[in-house]
Amino acid sequence: MFTDFGRYILLLKAVFKRPEQWKIYWKNIAHEMVYIGVNSIYLIGIISIFVGAVMTLQIAFQLQSDLIPKTIIGSVNRDSAILELSPTISALVLAGKIGSSISSEIGTMRVTEQIDALEIMGINTPGYLILPKIIAGVSMIPLLVIISIALNIIGGYIGGTFSGAITGADYYRGITEGFNPYTIVVSLTKAFVFGFIITSVAAYQGFYVKGSALEVGRASTSTVVISCISILFADYIITDLLL
Amino acid sequence: MIEIKDIHKSFGENYVLKGISGLFQDGRNNLIIGGSGSGKTTLLKCMVGLHEPDDGSVLYDGRDFTRLSNQERIEIRKEIGMLFQNSALFDSMTVEDNIMFPLNMFTTQSREEKLERANFCLSRVNLEGKNKLFPSELSGGMKKRVGIARAISMQPKYLFVDEPNSGLDPLTSIVIDELINELTDEYNMTTVVVTHDMNSVMGIGENILFLADGRKEWEGSNKEIAHTNNPKVNDFVFASKFAQAAREKL
Repeated sequence: MFTDFGRYILLLKAVFKRPEQWKIYWKNIAHEMVYIGVNSIYLIGIISIFVGAVMTLQIAFQLQSDLIPKTIIGSVNRDSAILELSPTISALVLAGKIGSSISSEIGTMRVTEQIDALEIMGINTPGYLILPKIIAGVSMIPLLVIISIALNIIGGYIGGTFSGAITGADYYRGITEGFNPYTIVVSLTKAFVFGFIITSVAAYQGFYVKGSALEVGRASTSTVVISCISILFADYIITDLLL
Repeated sequence: MIEIKDIHKSFGENYVLKGISGLFQDGRNNLIIGGSGSGKTTLLKCMVGLHEPDDGSVLYDGRDFTRLSNQERIEIRKEIGMLFQNSALFDSMTVEDNIMFPLNMFTTQSREEKLERANFCLSRVNLEGKNKLFPSELSGGMKKRVGIARAISMQPKYLFVDEPNSGLDPLTSIVIDELINELTDEYNMTTVVVTHDMNSVMGIGENILFLADGRKEWEGSNKEIAHTNNPKVNDFVFASKFAQAAREKL
């Protein structure tokens, strides 16, 4: 485990060396942004709407009391979405979608000697292959989380009003009352860190694949497992530090 | 000229190279041959820096590659072209982009100049007009030729070729061998070919290094290899019944 961590740090050191040609790196960053960000909007959107709707129903079920105003349902759903559900669930889903893809892509390049070919040419391979993915991850995942928060809240409105658990007016008052902008800072900090974890862990697992296509599949599985655990661990640390 | 001196390499307890020395001359096809597991590819990877030798040195025109920093190695690597066993073309790029890739990374040429060079390299390997195809659309022989085109795009001083004929039919293998031979003469490159294909050995082997059990067992030319008394070389060269019958007629 310590060997792996040491290699991970050394790989990151190589990743952040000065690129040979910024022009080519920018092109790769734009490509990765589309892949990581734009191509994930649909999946994150669907998940966020349903999570928001289900959360609203569950909060309404647990807060059935004449002493508690219905507007609380909207407030609790909003804060849950901002602080926990949108960043964490999005990150866990993206660890599966993007993480396994990055790991397979780099792992396949390793076993088909494409990485060796880059090294023979004198290219800083970790920088060329991994830096664009990390930059795309830390910039696009926070954007996806913002979209997720919005859709989560909209999903709560749709779910709550459709089932009759809360009126539209109460829900709207709930989500607009007592909003603390600092929760957005916490949420985006989480998204930034999760973006880094997803892309760097996947790249590490793929970069050091040895052997055959079978190993590429195993690296992909390891990526998802390690990323998910790391995300949950980082989630706790950030929450403890910032709240 | 490339000189290797007393190269040792092990992976854990497995000693793959046990002190190999040799000289690879400019403008010649230098072949490293031997049976499976004899250490050919490991030696090649030690020479180009994909493996670090445990001991020994690799000299590129007197410059000791093994003692250089990563930054200094990059300068030598710009003078190296390599064709891999499976061609190692970049899947996500077209043939044209594969060939232009080193030019994009290391030169300040305009797009027109790079395209002109890519077209020249493609014509040199008889693949004119295949610019926009992806590696998945090419046959094995075409992939090898694109690999060669990419390897010569920067006009290298040293060309390394790993198993150029693996997976190819005999006729295509001869085409690839002849291409390597022509390019070596044309650019006066130091070409090092790892192979166990006897057609290549007899066809283009101007200087041959025979490895067995991680040691240099024999060195000579394709004209000498058929007449050597070294039993290990004979077992390798005349392994098939066809070759044994041919030997009896020599």
